[in-house]
Amino acid sequence: MSDNEQLAVWEVFMQQKNGGPHQHVGNVHAADAEIALQNARDVYGRRGGNGSIWVVPLETIYASGSDDEAPFFDPSDDKAYRHPNHYRVPKAIKNL
Amino acid sequence: MDESTRNAEFDKRIEEGTKIEPKDWMPEKYRRQLIRMMSQHAHSEVVGMLPEGNWITRAPNLRRKMALLAKVQDEAGHGLYIYSAAETLGASREELVNQLLVGKAKYSSIFNYPTLSWADIGIIGWLVDGAAIVNQTMLAKCSYGPYSRAMLRICAEENFHKKQGYEIVCTLMEGTTEQKKMAQDALNRFWWPTLMMFGPHDSESTNSEDLLKWKVKKKTNDELRQHFVNITVPQAHTIGLEIPDPSLKYNEETKNWEFGEINWEEFYAVIKGHGPCNKDRMKARNDAHENGAWVREASIAYAKKKQGKKVERFLNVG
Repeated sequence: MSDNEQLAVWEVFMQQKNGGPHQHVGNVHAADAEIALQNARDVYGRRGGNGSIWVVPLETIYASGSDDEAPFFDPSDDKAYRHPNHYRVPKAIKNL
Repeated sequence: MDESTRNAEFDKRIEEGTKIEPKDWMPEKYRRQLIRMMSQHAHSEVVGMLPEGNWITRAPNLRRKMALLAKVQDEAGHGLYIYSAAETLGASREELVNQLLVGKAKYSSIFNYPTLSWADIGIIGWLVDGAAIVNQTMLAKCSYGPYSRAMLRICAEENFHKKQGYEIVCTLMEGTTEQKKMAQDALNRFWWPTLMMFGPHDSESTNSEDLLKWKVKKKTNDELRQHFVNITVPQAHTIGLEIPDPSLKYNEETKNWEFGEINWEEFYAVIKGHGPCNKDRMKARNDAHENGAWVREASIAYAKKKQGKKVERFLNVG
């Protein structure tokens, strides 16, 4: 093995509070998943209160965000009727 | 889409305050400037472990030792956050680390000064991390997404660094005559190098114009430096320390603590490699890299063995 062999990149997702979603926090370099998890804990989990950690090989992640971005998301951008504020009810009714 | 249209769109996004993310088109110069700035920042975190690491075995009590260990560990983590963010721009970790080890990359000049007494540890936490916080709070709003997010993580962790440092200094200033002298002496040695952390005067700062235009930086070197002086001088005076600057004077109108001229010869000499500890820092980093090679090799060998198949070389596609 030469010094030129880079350790693989793993994106790190952590569940930062009880019952919450996993959130992306950054990435780590590691030769395998076990070490990636330990590294993720050491690099991103020093402050405690952490739930579970996911590490995902970078190359398995597909992302939107290319030149087609605007048309890709266009359909969801102008549907005001998906939001509660679009609808009107009598003022006397509170907290509907 | 042609280059000038892309540039116009990019400028518009910057103006609107839209974050630039790794997959977005960006001017080549923006990419290069960010790689340079972020890698220097990451190198600084890692080299910054050394002057403080020097006192871990000589901390005066267990609480101070644990705090210092935790701080140094944080600095390692901060370096890693920023290396990861720099890699999203297409630089490889190996390439960045190598630039530091062969002396091609810069890092913050402050870390080329020695820590001569325990008081230095307090002064460093208070002043050096204090200066870093001023800079990083601004950078948390920078236009490049991964860098701004790394800064937010770092800012959250940095506050205890400054506070533990100031607590050490306060403790010394409530102590014996010798302890007070030690604290004042440490301040005398670190005050001006700390001000140099903010870089050259705006008029001499060649990179600032681009960085401000692209909202990587939002304030100039001199603005940040003045802000740091304004918040720090009262902190020193409150505990009975003197700032080693005969020109220091409060301006009632501008509300600024005006200060004397920095010794720019010293600044440039240290940047060029002629500071008190540059050689030691480089040797320590190179030794650490060589001495750690077996860990990298062993982890790859172990991974291969467990998988029973060839570990592929993963190219950074982020």
